[in-house]
Amino acid sequence: MDTRFFGNTAVLLGRSLKHITRSLDTIITTALMPIAFMLLFVYVFGGAINHGSGSYVTYLLPGILLITIASGISYTAYRLFLDMKGGIVDRFQSMPIARSSVLWAHVLTSMVANLVSIIVVVGVALLMGFRSGAGALAWLAVAGILGLFTLALTWLAVIPGLSAKSPDGAGAFSYPLVLLPFISSAFVPTDTMPGPVRAFAVHQPVTSIVNSIRHLFAQQPIGTGIWTALAWMIGIIVVAYVFAMVIYRRKIS
Amino acid sequence: MITDLAEMPAIRVQGLEKSFKELDVLRGLDLDVMRGTIFALLGSNGAGKTTVVRILSTLLKFDSGTASVNGFDVVTQAAKVRESISLTGQFAAVDEILSGRENLVLIARLRRLPDPGRIADDLLARFSLTDAAERKASTYSGGMRRRLDIAMSLIGNPPIIFLDEPTTGLDPEGRVEVWRAVKDLAGQGTTLLLTTQNLDEAEQLADRIAILHEGRIIVNGTFSELKQLLPPAKVEYVEKQPTLEDIFFAVVGTNKVVTDEDPSEG
Repeated sequence: MDTRFFGNTAVLLGRSLKHITRSLDTIITTALMPIAFMLLFVYVFGGAINHGSGSYVTYLLPGILLITIASGISYTAYRLFLDMKGGIVDRFQSMPIARSSVLWAHVLTSMVANLVSIIVVVGVALLMGFRSGAGALAWLAVAGILGLFTLALTWLAVIPGLSAKSPDGAGAFSYPLVLLPFISSAFVPTDTMPGPVRAFAVHQPVTSIVNSIRHLFAQQPIGTGIWTALAWMIGIIVVAYVFAMVIYRRKIS
Repeated sequence: MITDLAEMPAIRVQGLEKSFKELDVLRGLDLDVMRGTIFALLGSNGAGKTTVVRILSTLLKFDSGTASVNGFDVVTQAAKVRESISLTGQFAAVDEILSGRENLVLIARLRRLPDPGRIADDLLARFSLTDAAERKASTYSGGMRRRLDIAMSLIGNPPIIFLDEPTTGLDPEGRVEVWRAVKDLAGQGTTLLLTTQNLDEAEQLADRIAILHEGRIIVNGTFSELKQLLPPAKVEYVEKQPTLEDIFFAVVGTNKVVTDEDPSEG
């Protein structure tokens, strides 16, 4: 690896973080939609949903957090798209710096931006009555799962960020990702869904991830679902990373 | 050996060919640029000027031929080439969200130079941007943005600088500001390859001018050499009409020293 990699990436990360702190509205906007979903489901639909015991907001939060990340990474793609179009990437790539630093800086920025959104959403959930007796270790595990999920979706977001033709195109890929939790165990138990829908819901990645986080919050044994969740997330990271790198190499040379 | 290096052209291109799908952009381009000179690559839109610059700055692959910059092959020694050059692309490559000063500090940090803050302040002063240093680059006028862009290219004192259409899209005042910056640079021994579609600009700035047409260099020489390609001048008496540019500068009163004019005042 290029010895300049860490120094260059740190400098470029500082640059992207300045972008974020100067447009905090993008992070707020990212958190708005999941918060709206949370309000809608808890105070409008929630009373009519039979999710089992416990408060509905506590049941709902894991899915809402995944939606927060899915909506957050559309800005990752957008920021990368703007850099690619603006000519500043050409400037960086014609300088004696490690070539993958530009991409890694965007990926790390995405992690930080999503962390902020997650904290905002969890704060609102606490106000709405979310409670968990989970200990530090369980919270750490939740943070780890959310971190992996963010990393997976971020590398996925890099692909449209590099290859989109328009800013709208760069952001649009996240819509299906935002909708995915709706066809999972995030909002309602999957038992009542008709056969094919249920089959999809049970086997798509969101359900295993949501269930794992839910068990950690509820201090229940986490079960074998965590392995499915980890396999999905690591699989997505590897595949998306390889694709993103191939596109990146093709773009910059 | 050292004299060999000094006598070797800063940029040497031989038989360069590049096509995009069916479109042959470069069809055997030959070019030598001597050290410490300003070389203008002149051509109309789509002539392939930007393609040449992107190839020389290691951003684009080519189909055949050879190209070397500062004695390094752009394909096999790309990293060495990148240590020798700076690119000022066709669209000012500044970070709009950062201030002018932050843009300069960013580049100095990436080049891992000591005391990035002082480098930034020196360049801000040199390009008359000190008063605008803390403002976001997005609030700059076109001329100021270009000056910042060129200032960013000077960080680390690369021996060779590419300027791709540095004045395209600028108003006459902005253009004069950029010309002044370029002339200033050449005085310090930097080799400059600039592309332009503006004949006047090539005449004003360049030691040598090459005309790129249909993928080849069709003419290459100093301005006075190029003039000899035409039949000898006839002496005619015509009334000297002011050009619109003369009128513009007379009316707006610009021959003053370049200052940090605010775009809102322009």
